[in-house]
Amino acid sequence: MANPSQSVAAAQAREVQAHQHANVNYLNVDKSIKSWIYTLDHKRIGVMYGVTLAVTFLIGGILAMLVRTELLTPGPTIFFSPDGGLSAETYNRVFSMHGIIMVFLFLVPSVPAFLGNIILPMQLGAKDVAFPKINLASYYIFLLGGVFTVVALIVGKVDTGWTFYTPYSTSAAASNGVLFMTLAIFIAGFSSIFTGLNFIVTIHKMRAPGLTWNRLPLFVWSMYAVSLVQVLATPVLGVTVMLLFFERLLHIGIFDPALGGDPILFQHFFWFYSHPAVYIMILPAFGIISELVATFSRQRIFGYRAVALSSVAIALLGFMVWGHHMFVSGQSVLSSVSFSLITYLIGIPSGIKVFNWIATMYKGSVWLQTPMLYAIMFLFLFTIGGLTGVMVAVLAVDVHLTDTYYVVGHFHYVMVGGQVIAIFGGLHYWWPKITGKLYKESVGKIAAAIIFVGFNFTFFPQLVMGAHGMPRRYADYLPEYQMWHDISTIGAYVLAIGFFLAAGNLLASLFRGMQSPANPWGAATLEWTHSTSPALPHNFLRTPIVTRGPYDFHLAHDIFEEGDGAGDGTAEAVAADKGTGPDSPPPPGNVGQPIGKPPARPEK
Amino acid sequence: MATATPQIVDDVHAGPHHPSHLQHHFVSSQQQFEASKLGIWLFLMTEILLFSGLFVAYTVFRTWYPESFDAASATLDASLGGLNTIVLLASSFTVALSIHMAQRDNQRAVFINLVITVILGAAFMVIKGIEYTAKFEGGAYPGGFFDPHGHHYGHLANVPYAAQFFSVYFLMTGLHGVHVLVGMGIITWMAIRTHRGEFSSSYYTPIEITGLYWHLVDIIWIFLFPLLYLI
Amino acid sequence: MGDNATLWLPEGRSTLAPSVDALFNFVNIVSIIIFAGVVVSIIYLAFRYRRRHEHERAVLVHENTLLEVAWVVVPVILVLVTFFWGFKVFMKIEVAPPDSYEIGVEARQWQWTFTYPNGAVTTNELHVPLGRPVRMNMSSVDVIHSFFVPVMRVKQDVLPNRYSHVWFQATKPGTYQIFCAEYCGLNHSAMLAKLIVQTPEDYQKWLESVAVPTNLTPVEYGQRLYQQQGCMGCHTTDGSPRVGPTFKGLFGHTVTLQNGQTLTADENYIRESILESTAKIVQGYPPIMPTSYSSLEEDQVTALIAFIKSLK
Ligand code: HEA
Ligand code: HEA
Ligand code: HEC
Ligand code: CUA
Ligand SMILES: [Cu+2]
Repeated sequence: MANPSQSVAAAQAREVQAHQHANVNYLNVDKSIKSWIYTLDHKRIGVMYGVTLAVTFLIGGILAMLVRTELLTPGPTIFFSPDGGLSAETYNRVFSMHGIIMVFLFLVPSVPAFLGNIILPMQLGAKDVAFPKINLASYYIFLLGGVFTVVALIVGKVDTGWTFYTPYSTSAAASNGVLFMTLAIFIAGFSSIFTGLNFIVTIHKMRAPGLTWNRLPLFVWSMYAVSLVQVLATPVLGVTVMLLFFERLLHIGIFDPALGGDPILFQHFFWFYSHPAVYIMILPAFGIISELVATFSRQRIFGYRAVALSSVAIALLGFMVWGHHMFVSGQSVLSSVSFSLITYLIGIPSGIKVFNWIATMYKGSVWLQTPMLYAIMFLFLFTIGGLTGVMVAVLAVDVHLTDTYYVVGHFHYVMVGGQVIAIFGGLHYWWPKITGKLYKESVGKIAAAIIFVGFNFTFFPQLVMGAHGMPRRYADYLPEYQMWHDISTIGAYVLAIGFFLAAGNLLASLFRGMQSPANPWGAATLEWTHSTSPALPHNFLRTPIVTRGPYDFHLAHDIFEEGDGAGDGTAEAVAADKGTGPDSPPPPGNVGQPIGKPPARPEK
Repeated sequence: MATATPQIVDDVHAGPHHPSHLQHHFVSSQQQFEASKLGIWLFLMTEILLFSGLFVAYTVFRTWYPESFDAASATLDASLGGLNTIVLLASSFTVALSIHMAQRDNQRAVFINLVITVILGAAFMVIKGIEYTAKFEGGAYPGGFFDPHGHHYGHLANVPYAAQFFSVYFLMTGLHGVHVLVGMGIITWMAIRTHRGEFSSSYYTPIEITGLYWHLVDIIWIFLFPLLYLI
Repeated sequence: MGDNATLWLPEGRSTLAPSVDALFNFVNIVSIIIFAGVVVSIIYLAFRYRRRHEHERAVLVHENTLLEVAWVVVPVILVLVTFFWGFKVFMKIEVAPPDSYEIGVEARQWQWTFTYPNGAVTTNELHVPLGRPVRMNMSSVDVIHSFFVPVMRVKQDVLPNRYSHVWFQATKPGTYQIFCAEYCGLNHSAMLAKLIVQTPEDYQKWLESVAVPTNLTPVEYGQRLYQQQGCMGCHTTDGSPRVGPTFKGLFGHTVTLQNGQTLTADENYIRESILESTAKIVQGYPPIMPTSYSSLEEDQVTALIAFIKSLK
């Protein structure tokens, strides 16, 4: 091996692998409650976010199941009013809570605050994010915002939908819970801003030696794009909800038409944030999928630079299309036309990504482990979601489709089929890094299959009934739509079973799972090659030196001189493996390394 | 091949050359300083964006109802506003001086300049308070509570949408006021830390970024003043 | 579902429908082709290059500029075609023919009131003549609503502070569904109306039958207002409660207010309840009666009171 710095990297990697059996990691370095509450470790903060977000996802999911159950039959199914009729009030509150919790308390913070927090500094070869204290503070700010939201939703009876359109949201008919809700979003927004700010600085200033922009893992690139959007868009959300707050409290007359204000102005303000926000909710998924596709195809990402820059292009274009939510709102025809045109353009960089991921598999070594199944599922579902997005961007067609279930179908395909599926893929992929455990591969695959089937049964019928005119946010509907609603509801139950099975499988591994080797997948990014699983307290023993691209599997001697990854979570697979089973004594200097190929040194 | 000894780029735990202000996750003071600087610039950008929403609201309503806005704007006291502008400019100057003094290791001067800045900030708030009181007495409340009376504001009762002007006025100056208060808090804290001797010419990043924040507060006022009081 | 409904779209009953449907079908088919391409290549590649053994090493693939350019250029062409097509049809939807027949639409929580050129008014039922462009001149008295007729492929938000418009030309007589498509609070999903397309002759006959007679008694006028102003959306005349209390037997009855106070419903109380609906709230009901009724004319209020009085 000629290149000396490469052998340095390899030597460092070996040193880390040796450390795996010393078994000091960020989880067990200090086990007191206090050490968690005051922790400045980005990994622990990430884990705290993860637990909190699992709770909000669960709550949002239960609310979704209530929505779906009520829609099983026209008329009342489970939401009865005192006189035995349908309680539209309950329905409206439940779907509003579902949307608000899912968007603001789950999907927006999901990847950056949770997986991003844990993984991003490690992929950069840094010991932590640039501002650990702000990182911790943003967690508590988020928690505070979450508590406010729950209070607003339960005590305050918010029933405005997640879009808070004026003048309904400022009218007496909507409740004063809107005041609480706007405060909650204002607070949670700060958390989002701080996370974004922290990441931008971290990416700019904390990269390990040798880690040039062209060598950044694509997850980092997408986190960079997301952070830009968070920092640029969230303040506008802040000022929007602030104006809404004062409109309701003091009737400042900015949005209220009765006082000379303009409700359309509110929609412009709202979507100026919320459209970029939908890219906050998908760009992270792009990053995760890039990692998964590359690692499980053992191949460099096809068109790395195009994939990296398309994230930034999407983030920036995303600021110029907000008006596509308002084609029938009464905005001028000229605005509608320009917004429509720019909206289409976003399809181009998205397409570049999809095609490049697919091309990455070409001549690869495609390893269909659970995370890769999720990645493939993502490609299916996101493509449907994106193409239906293009459909609603067609001016004349959107006139018919807007505010119907077609739009509901579109955004669940991108948000659930895109981001949530990617989160599950990423969660399975980094689970050993976070917890040090291997989950059961077989159960993971079955759960993924159930999710895939359930998902399509839930949301495809929504596209069809929407095109047939079924309006959204309807507590009650005409009998002719019942067939589609019923398929959707049954699908939703299957989907929920899938999610619970996947989550259960992961949780079960905490108690019964095998100890993971440092790099079970044979991945080539720093968090796998230069740290143990679970990660070291300070991520690395020494600052890593980077000598190659993130997916240069052919150059990754630091992994491959020790063997290919073969982390198959079953006990048999590990036991059958050469000497790294739980009972066999660890060979010296070689413990917990990727199971698979026996540790043969290259002869050269 | 495996004979090459890994060169130690940096050990995880603070070595003997680790200055006390350097947080463990940074490699060098230089890196820490650059990170803080980039961080505060990004933060200032978000602040500008926060205000920009209000500027948009202002522009929209001014375009729709120019006469109302002119009439309502004429009731503001431009001399008090002007005085406040001078006060804030002076305070920006003293903050800048404190940074300058920090570079020269003159801790006493740093401290004095910071204290003067806080006092100027307080003066700004007092003058603002005087203006607000006059408006409340004249019934020039924001939006729905708008009920102008008296010789100074009474005529606005017949001006449609004058209420919106005061809504925008109170929101913008109110949000700005909150920023002044927060800034005063931070500067006070910096003064205390200076007094404790935490800074030196080799480490005064917190003072520097506080100064940047204070300049932003100043600049926003420089925009608010002509928009609300003059045109 | 009617005769020319497809799996994807409901029947089309306006002159706009064929253009919109053609566009929808074009985008849909192109999307399905793209999607099929994506799925087939994923499945093929995942199978063809599946990992066969643990020690497998992938061959390094180099980038192919031609390919990358191709998948930028082809989508760009596709979206430009779609954009211009969508723009053309959109302009058709936006611009009503100059000789359109005008009908006024007033939306309120949660019903539709339609006003015809001869002054006739209907609630939750819209009659239009066949084969003639009809233009809706719409406004809302409270929050934002949206006028949506799936079979006509039109939708337009109805705003409280300005007029908005929508037009269509029906191509087949029949009864069709109108929805409110913008979330407007509690009974959004019940804010439905029927669209009745009639041949020009039938339409004329119908229109004359509902023309406003000039010599109504106050009670009759009140009853008419009860329907037109939308009181019937919330108040029944048969004794059953709806969103608001029933009008039957209201007059002279003892009313318990939310603050526990009781009073007898006389003319003044009813008058106040209509004109200043939030002043006194009846116990057990939400304070959602619109405040927009404060703009009713004096004779209208008198007529409404006379009507309520007549409901013993
Ligand atoms: C994760 C969130 C997410 C994402 C990523 C997207 C992505 C897109 N969205 Fe979506 N959208 C939402 C979340 C999201 N959306 C939500 C929540 C709403 C509703 C809000 C509400 O009202 O409550 C909404 C609503 C919405 C509307 C308004 C509909 C209406 O209310 O009438 C429109 C209209 O233009 C739209 C368009 C698009 C487009 C063009 C994309 C594009 O970015 C998609 C790009 C991707 C592809 C196109 C697929 C991959 C590309 C190829 C395979 C190449 C071939 C492609 C071409 C030839 C074009 N979206
Ligand atoms: C992140 C965004 C998100 C997610 C994930 C979902 C998930 C789901 N949503 Fe929804 N939805 C929205 C965002 C989202 N939604 C928004 C923004 C709206 C619009 C609201 C409005 O109009 O204002 C909406 C509206 C909406 C409607 C329309 C209501 C109406 O217009 O009347 C419907 C109806 O079917 C629906 C259904 C569902 C279903 C069945 C799921 C299912 O996928 C849910 C299944 C999930 C679970 C059952 C939870 C499982 C959880 C665990 C197992 C916890 C453990 C987890 C870990 C360890 C990770 N959603
Ligand atoms: C959006 C629903 C709604 C509409 C439309 C509506 N009302 Fe009401 N109304 C209510 C509710 C709810 C109450 C009970 C709460 C209250 O007192 O405000 C009520 C109360 C009343 C009362 C007092 C009844 C009592 O039992 O004391 C009168 C009288 C009345 N309405 C008249 C009218 C008239 C006349 C119209 C039409 C011109 C009308 N309402 C339209 C909802 C409505
Ligand atoms: Cu009216 Cu919805
Ligand atoms: Cu959008």
